[in-house]
Amino acid sequence: MIAGQIALLDIQPETANANDAVKLYCSGIWTVHGIAQLERQLNEMIWPVAASLVINGSAISALDTSGAWLLHRMANTIEQKGISVRITGLRPEFSSLLGLVSACAVLPPKPTHPKEGIMARIGRNAWFGIESIMGLFAFVGESAIAMMRLAIQPRHIRWRTIFHNIQIAGFEALPIVGLLSFLMGVVIAYQGADQLQRFGANIFIADLVGLTMLRELSPLLTAIIIAGRSGSAYAAQIATMKVTEEIDALRTVGVSQQELLVAPKILALAIVLPLLTVYADVSGVLGGMIMASSRLDVSFDVFIDRLEVAISLSSFLTGIVKAPVFALIIALVGCYQGFQVSGSADSVGRQTTLSVVQSIFLVIVADALFSVVFNWLNI
Amino acid sequence: MSAEIAQEQNGSPVIDIRDLHTRYGNAIVHDNVNLSVQAGEIFSLVGGSGCGKSTLLRTIIMLLRPASGSIRVFGQEVVGLGYEQALKLRRRWGVMFERGALFSSLTVIENVAMVLREHTKLSSRFINEIATLKISLVGLPIDAGSKYPSELSGGMRKRAALARAIALDPELLLLDEPTAGLDPLSASGIDELVQNLRDSLGLTIMMVTHDLDLLWRLADRVAVLDGGKILGIGTMDELSRSGHPLIREYFYGPRGRAARDQKWKKK
Repeated sequence: MIAGQIALLDIQPETANANDAVKLYCSGIWTVHGIAQLERQLNEMIWPVAASLVINGSAISALDTSGAWLLHRMANTIEQKGISVRITGLRPEFSSLLGLVSACAVLPPKPTHPKEGIMARIGRNAWFGIESIMGLFAFVGESAIAMMRLAIQPRHIRWRTIFHNIQIAGFEALPIVGLLSFLMGVVIAYQGADQLQRFGANIFIADLVGLTMLRELSPLLTAIIIAGRSGSAYAAQIATMKVTEEIDALRTVGVSQQELLVAPKILALAIVLPLLTVYADVSGVLGGMIMASSRLDVSFDVFIDRLEVAISLSSFLTGIVKAPVFALIIALVGCYQGFQVSGSADSVGRQTTLSVVQSIFLVIVADALFSVVFNWLNI
Repeated sequence: MSAEIAQEQNGSPVIDIRDLHTRYGNAIVHDNVNLSVQAGEIFSLVGGSGCGKSTLLRTIIMLLRPASGSIRVFGQEVVGLGYEQALKLRRRWGVMFERGALFSSLTVIENVAMVLREHTKLSSRFINEIATLKISLVGLPIDAGSKYPSELSGGMRKRAALARAIALDPELLLLDEPTAGLDPLSASGIDELVQNLRDSLGLTIMMVTHDLDLLWRLADRVAVLDGGKILGIGTMDELSRSGHPLIREYFYGPRGRAARDQKWKKK
């Protein structure tokens, strides 16, 4: 910065008489942009030893609250050393500013971070975990009650909202679900092709692709895509409504938040996810079929004939049955996390992330439980 | 008009708006607006809801682009300004938004300190001290500094927003509804604060307000906006004697009369 545009301070000790006051001459621009250099110098300043000291501010050409604070703090530091300080020569408007600043002078409170022991932290996290699980249970309960009320009084069902949700979560997800399951079918056929060719068992490619896609992969893949796509959207929507107090407004006008916000989402996903799963089945098998005909010389006719033998109705149904359960998990977790938001923009981001992570986690856990149950039932 | 006379007396104005036209899609927001704000003046924009007061403020601080016309701030044309020059200009003004617009992930003191940290080379201890000073200047209790905006009441949030607006000691302060939603005590606290800042720092202040008390007590000049046009500019006394029916309605409604009577009683 150019000299003359910054704050300056000169010390002139009067050597003639020891009783005379030491004089400090302030000059230049004492503003927030001008005092940076001086402020750092002052921290290492050694003040002259004298009985009294006069700060002359007549050459200060500009002063703002930051500059006035620096001046005030400097005078205070000197006074604490037992030297009496006088500030002279300030322009009237500057000295009234200095008065304003010294009247408001407070030091920043010392940050009090009580050291938290490891036990306290474990306890807090455990308690937080228990609370959020209990909260989720309470939320599931409230949603169940709302759903039952709707079942008794179907005229309260908001069909428009449900159809809107079906369009957004279902119809608009068709391209991405179709593409990903198609690719998944291609990958499975590609990986299986080598192994099957070695045994001359080319035709079993239909069993491989059909069973993995229908029983496991398409329900799981679809649920994960929808959790990332719609679950997060539900969380973010409700979170924003919470921050802008729209949820509170809903309550005060006597509209049940469960009926308006949660139930339509659950119903819409419960309709959409099984349909999307069937669609994923078809495009996954299509992908495997194309791969089989190009790598293993299994033509489409042969592939489809074999598929009829390999895939029983129960295989198809075991896949489809999971979808509504996954839908319930995704919608409930998404909405629940949205309602957990408090205040800040940060919190919206955190809960949205949590909604996706938790719903994918719970979907996979549920899928594992399904496998165990189906195994018991010998399906 | 008195605006032009004042301009001739005081030299170049801080804000000078000429032939401003703004539109949202097909809706015309401003239709040929002309006004200028002098240095050291408290200038106020009034008008019914939706008449484009806040839009005018947003256009001045370069958040919106006008359809045509010129806006000069400190003599610098702001329409189509480059990044570097815009940054220089932005350091010279402070803006307080209607709903505070505090950063919700930072505490109040961090909100104020962030601006200082961004634009100065001061040590972080000194920045903390200045931020604390600003918080105490706007009349917030000292423990409010370590709270997050969501933990504050509406009035406190407004004060915190003002503290952030004056963090860099700007030469020009733009306030959108500084007292709306405040209790009378806090509102008069804001009055005094604004006046104090103007007197001791020589600030120029432009504000949008509906608060008639605030207008009578503080505003040096007032512009009345309606339907995208300026109906009149002048001191409160001049405007209250104006013959324009809409202006009369504004100042001589029941609330307008009460605020005016109070002013005379004080005198």
